[in-house]
This record gives sequence, structure tokens and C-alpha cells, in this order.
Amino acid sequence: MTETRDAMTATRLDRLRGGLKRRYAREARFRLYGILAIGVAVAFLALLLGRIIDQGHTAFYAHDVSVPVYLDPAEIDPAYPQGTNFEQMVAQQQLASRGLEGDAAGPLAAEMRGLFSSELKFEIARRVAEDPSLIGQTVTFDVPVSDEADLYFKDEISIDTPPEQRRLTNQQIGWLDQLEDDGNVRAHFNSRLFTSGDSTEPELAGVLGAVIGSALMLMVTAFLALPIGVAAAVYLEEFAPRNRLSALIEVNINNLAAVPSIVYGLLGLALFINWMHLPRSSPLVGGLVLALMALPTIIIATRSSLKAVPPSIREAALAMGASRTQTVFQHVLPLALPGVMTGAIISLAHALGETAPLLLIGMVSFIPGIASSITEPTGALPSLIYIWENASERSFHERTAAAIMVLLTFMIVMNAAAILLRRHFERRW
Amino acid sequence: MTLTVLLIVIVLAAAAFVLGQRRATRRAALLTGRERPHSRPAQHGAYTLIWVAAPAVFVLVALSLLSGPITQQLVQTGQPEAVSSLEPFRKNAFVADAARVANGQPAQAIWEPELAQHLASEGARSDRIEMTLDWAGAVGAILVALMGGIIAFLRIRPDFRARNRVEGWIVGLLLVCSAIAVLTTIGIIASLLIDATRFFSAVPLPEFLFGTQWSPQTAIRADQVGSTGAFGALPLFAGTFLIMLIAMAVAAPVGLFAAIYLSEYAGPASRAIIKPVLEILAGVPTVVYGFFAALTVGPAFREFFNTIGRWLIGGPLDGLGQYLMLVQNQMALVAGAVMGIMLIPFVSSLSDDILNAVPQSLRDGSYAMGATKSETVKRVLMPAALPGVAGALLLAMSRAIGETMIVTMAAGLAARLTLNPLDTVTTVTVQIVTLLTGDQEFNSTKTLAAFGLGLTLFLVTLALNIVAQRIVQTYRQQYD
Repeated sequence: MTETRDAMTATRLDRLRGGLKRRYAREARFRLYGILAIGVAVAFLALLLGRIIDQGHTAFYAHDVSVPVYLDPAEIDPAYPQGTNFEQMVAQQQLASRGLEGDAAGPLAAEMRGLFSSELKFEIARRVAEDPSLIGQTVTFDVPVSDEADLYFKDEISIDTPPEQRRLTNQQIGWLDQLEDDGNVRAHFNSRLFTSGDSTEPELAGVLGAVIGSALMLMVTAFLALPIGVAAAVYLEEFAPRNRLSALIEVNINNLAAVPSIVYGLLGLALFINWMHLPRSSPLVGGLVLALMALPTIIIATRSSLKAVPPSIREAALAMGASRTQTVFQHVLPLALPGVMTGAIISLAHALGETAPLLLIGMVSFIPGIASSITEPTGALPSLIYIWENASERSFHERTAAAIMVLLTFMIVMNAAAILLRRHFERRW
Repeated sequence: MTLTVLLIVIVLAAAAFVLGQRRATRRAALLTGRERPHSRPAQHGAYTLIWVAAPAVFVLVALSLLSGPITQQLVQTGQPEAVSSLEPFRKNAFVADAARVANGQPAQAIWEPELAQHLASEGARSDRIEMTLDWAGAVGAILVALMGGIIAFLRIRPDFRARNRVEGWIVGLLLVCSAIAVLTTIGIIASLLIDATRFFSAVPLPEFLFGTQWSPQTAIRADQVGSTGAFGALPLFAGTFLIMLIAMAVAAPVGLFAAIYLSEYAGPASRAIIKPVLEILAGVPTVVYGFFAALTVGPAFREFFNTIGRWLIGGPLDGLGQYLMLVQNQMALVAGAVMGIMLIPFVSSLSDDILNAVPQSLRDGSYAMGATKSETVKRVLMPAALPGVAGALLLAMSRAIGETMIVTMAAGLAARLTLNPLDTVTTVTVQIVTLLTGDQEFNSTKTLAAFGLGLTLFLVTLALNIVAQRIVQTYRQQYD
């Protein structure tokens, strides 16, 4: 009797043990799925950042070429130096120095012109206008090489690249090699990328205009969204009677936080540009739109840090005879301020990267200038990234990645500031 | 001008504060015996300040809103016969040119002599009108500021309840600020509705919702072929839906498993690493994802499918191989997959919160019965958290539908009614961007169509959000 029971228990135990093995295997698999999921996220982030650095690091240096130019008095009118076709002049001289003369409007001169940036003619015109006595002399100019030549020096294209994938001809590559062998080509840090505005020529394009535009826009946003958002949150959290109106406002704010950003762009277009006739593409309009977008997030963040202040603080202040306004503004709000600032900085950083609404209020247009006030047209960093990504020139791709690095740097700095603030001032009650 | 006035008002307000405070202090000093002033001197000062600033600001705001129409009205009433009889369009051009001439610039258009003689005088006149209005506004603002200040100043007495008045103003200001949120919603709905109704009066609603042809390229001249354009948005809805589906297929399992791992398995040390990584992923701007999708993922996927295609050609699956060889960079799969990655942190942080809201007692009970962690998750936590997770997924869906940059950069423009992830599709948001960027006159059906699409997008995401938030809220309350 006992033996059969033992036998039964033994078989059941065996079954259980077998089952246990299966269950543990299942457990291990399940855990593995979790690790895999995390792995996908981490791997993607690494891939994304790695790819951007890989594509963008070359944009931080560029090549200059020294070109000796004989400023031919026969061709330059000292009263109107801009009128001279310097590019053609230089090309002719360069061809002549290689023993290739008599190609007045021919393809060779065009190919030669393609080696130098169009900055060359502006540089010569500027120098001649400054000092007309240069005419008749041979002056050496340091100017950027054209974007395609720059790619060649960076080994992005070579003579082996199929001709349909490069714009340089074999002839041009030969000349470039010659220039380099003569020691006329110099690689240097691409400071132009940080000191100039947008340009149609990749080698002359920079992010400064967009950075200033983004900064102006963010200033408008912070100036509007911060006080209004904090005030609204203080009202809703501390003063609002618990009635249907307050409930409506609350639901409203939660939903506004989830409205797609492009809808805010439509609102900005209809309200600020078509109805109020504010200047298109201006940081003012951009900032207004971003402020409306950031408002719900700032309100939500402020409310949660106000909620975190324990009621005992309020009760103590009220018991000492302070009014409700005094309680809130002299006790609760200062205690909640670190949390408020953290939330605000994070939502401003988010606004900095927002692109879709900017496209609708005209920031996709080509704006080479650098804005000096909030009503002038300007680009912004994210929209510049969009514009450059769409450009057909290959050199813009590395610059796009570089612009992304600039944008990410700003965002990282802002987020780090927020984290530091939180670490430093956070209080646990 | 306005800035100067504003500065003057600020100075006046500061002066009012100091004076009010002084007066309150002095009058309080005169009190004898057990009498005490009701409010503190600074509160009296603040009361005076408000009475200086508020009326002046009101006048300035009213003027900045009204000066445009008033100027226009005044300019029109005094115009000479030759000018006022022009048709509206030319009259506007004339007024603009007159302003230019008055500023010493040449006129842009060439005007007949009987009009040209009026240019300078008209320009000067409208300049005068503007000046007068500006000055009137400035003087008016300063006057009301002074008057308000005097009234408030005279009211200062020890038993005057300045504190209550000031606090009333403060709370009122706070209320106005929180009303801005509601005003934003009203603004969104109004701006979308107004232009969308104009669009729907040109294109009937059923045609928009169920039409299968989308080609908004209206011709410039009315007599050109195909000048009407077709506004059937069904292909856009299909494209949006397809990309959303692909994104959710990536984001839902990965995000959910990441959340489960974070809340049930990971120790504090690994949490401290994984959480920031997910936060960085969530903080990367969508334009960066778009760049990555367009220049890295797209070409990689095309290369992958082309390789498979090359391998299949000539075999039994020759047709499929031929098709795979034609796959382009801009396929729905690319945009969807990258968008799915973008949504992972969103799904995982929401689900993490929801899993954490499940009471510990449920887990403890399950472990006590001998269940493993995975069994607890699958049989106890998931059923308990299901509504919350469903809400989180709905919110993610609404994000995917409204996402713009990834699809603008990585999906195409071809409006095609298909559910094939390797095809190029377009979405509602892509079309809004395409319709509204570039130069075109504002009131064409083409630009209005963007508002029709925007309204649809807003309503769909709003419905999703409201449902999701309702679900999540009821779920939270269940365990509170």
C-alpha cells in the first residue's frame, strides 16, 4: 500500500521535476526576451549615434587651396571690381600655367572653375576693392576648394568611384592631385561651419544662422511659456475650486499635451501668420508656436512638483496667519522651484528639437542671413537639418550629420543641466 | 513708441509702489491704542501699482489691436475722389506706395499722373494719422495710469483691505493664464474648422473620406488639363494606417518586454543604466530619426531586398525576385520600423508605470503559490494591467499617426492604396507638409486641403487620446 503510494509520488515528482525543468526553461526564455528588447533599444541608439558621428565628423575639417592670381589690369576695372569675371580669369591663368591655352569658353575652363569655391571671386573682389594698388600684381589667395574637391581630399570619392556617382572628371582629379603634390592644399578646422549662415554652396554653408534662430526662438518660448505655464499650474493646483470647469481645464491640458505637433504648426500658420500677419519664418512666430506646444508639458511638470510639497508646509503657513496667496508664493512655490525648473528645461529642450511646426510657418525657405531680432526671417537648427538632408549635393550629407551633432550637443547640455539641478536641489520629504 | 510708453508705465508703476508703501506706513504710524492696519505697507504699495499698470496695459493692448482697422478707416474717409474710386486691390497698392513715397523711397508701381500727384500728400496724410493715433494712445495710456494711481493712492487708509484686493488680482491673473490652455484648444479647433469648412464646401466630405484618388496638383490656369485636382484621402489614410501598424508591430512587443524586464527583473544597478538610455532615445528629435531612416536604414533595407531579389531571379519565385529588385529606399517598412524604434521608450515608460501600479500583494500571492516570475507576469500581472497597457498602446498609436518628420523624410509622396510594406506610401502628415511648404497663394483648394487633413488628424488623435486616458485613469483608480 505505502509502496504504491510512494511509487505514485515518485512518478508525480518526476513529472513535476520534468515540468519544473520546462518551466524554468520558459522562465529563462522570457527573461531573455526582456534582455533582447532592451538590447534592441541600446543597439539602435548606439547605431544611430555611431552612424551620425561616422557621417558627420568629416564636416569639421575642410580644405583650402592657395591660388596665385595675376590681377590683370586689362581685365579689372578699379572703379567696379565686382564686374570682372574673376573665376574665368583664374581658370584661364591656371590652364595657362599648365600649358593649356586658347580655351576661351571651352569645357576645360569650366572644369577648372569647378575646383574652386565661388568664394574665390568674392574674396578677390573684396581685396581689390580694399586696395586697388594690388591690380597688376600677383597675389596668392587662400580659398576653400569646391565641395566636390573637398570630398575627394577626404577620400569620400576617388578615381575608382563610378563616374555617375561623382561630379569630378578624371581631368579635375588629376589637377587636384597636382595641386596637392605642389603643397598648395591645406586641411584645417572648418570654422566656417560655425561662423556663417546657410548657403547654397556646401563648402560655404554654416549653422550659425540656424543656431541664432533657434536661440531667439527658444528665448521667446521660455519668456512666454515659463511664467504662463507656472501660473496656470499654480492656479489649477492651489486655487482652483474642484468644479466642472477645473475638471474641463485639466482634461483639456492632458489632451493638448498629446496633440500632434504638426497641428500646432497649422494653428500657427492660420492664427499668427494669416490672421495676425506676424512676419513669416520669424523667431517670434516660431517661439509662439513652440510656447503653445510646451505649455501643457510645463503645466503638468509644475503641477506634479507642487503636489510633491507636503501639505504640512501649507498647514503650518496658514496656521501662522499667512493668506493662501502668501502660503503659495512664499512657501510652496519656492520649495517646488527645482522641480519646476527641471521640468521646464526638459520641455524646452524638447521644443528645441521640434521640427514639424517650423516647416509650416515658413522655416523651410532658404534664408542665408543671420537674424538680429525676433521679427527677421531665420532658419532654425532642426529645419536646417531637414533642408540639408533634402539637398542633392553629397557634401550636404556630412554637414547634416554635423548639424545634428550640434543640435544634440545643445540638447545634452540642457538635459544635463536639468539633471544636475534635480540632483542638487531635490528634496525628499 | 509702444516700448517707450511701456517703459514710462513701468517707471510710474514702480513709483506708485514706493509712494503707496510710504503713505501706508505714515498713516499707520498715526494710529493710536489697539488699532492696527489691516494690510502691510507693501500690500498697499502693490495695490497702487496694480491701479497704475492695469489700466495702462489695457489701453495699450486695445490700441495695438484696434489701431490697424482705425487707421485704415481714417485713411479711406479722406481720400481724394481719384483714389477712392480705385478698385480695392489697386487702392491697397496705392496706399502702400504712398507710404513708400512719404518715406523717401520710390514707388513700386507706375501711376497715372492724376493719381501720382496724390502720392506724396496721401502718404504724408496716412503718416500723420498713424502718428496721431500713436500719440493719442501714448498720452491716453499715461493719463489713465496717473488717474488710476491717484484713485488708489487716495484710498490708502489703515483699515483699507489692500491685501484682499491684491490677492484677488493675483488669483485672477493666474486664472487667465490657465485659461490660455483652453484658448489654445479653441484656437486649434477654430483655425482648423474655418479653413476645413471652406475646403469641404469645394470638395464634398464623402468624396474626401472615401475617394481613392489623391492628386492635389491643381493647375495654375483654369483651362489646363486636370485642373480640378482629386482630393480622395483614402490612400493617405491607408498609408498612415500601414505605417502605424508596422511601427506598433515593432514598438509594442519590444517596449512591453523592455518594461517587463525593467519592472520585474532588472536590479537597481541595471535600471540605472537602462533608464537613461531609454530617456536619451526618447529625447532624440524626430528629425534625427528621419535623417537616419532616409540615409541609413532606407538604403540598407533596399540593398537587403535587392540581394534577396537577385538571388530569387530565375528561380521558381522569379516574379517575386523581379519585384524585390524594384524596391526603393522609400518604403513603408523603413518609416514604420524607425518610427517603431522611436516609440519604444514611449511604450516602455508608460507600461513601466502601469506595471508598477499593480499592487505588490498580487505578485506575492502568485510567488507564494510557487509560480515563477514569468508565470506571474503572464498569468497575474498582465491580466491585471491589461486595460492600462491597452491605454498605453492607444496613446502610442496616436503618436504614430501624428508623427511627421520620420515619414516626411523616409516615406514617399506617392498616394497609393496598398497594404504592402515594401511599397512607397504617403501619409496624412506628409501631405500636410507638402501642401503647405513651398510658395503658393493661401486660399487655393490645395492649401485648404491641408486644413481638411489637419482636422481629420486632430479628431482621430483626440478620440484616441481621450479613450486612452479614460482607460488609464479608471485603471489607476482601481488600484488606488
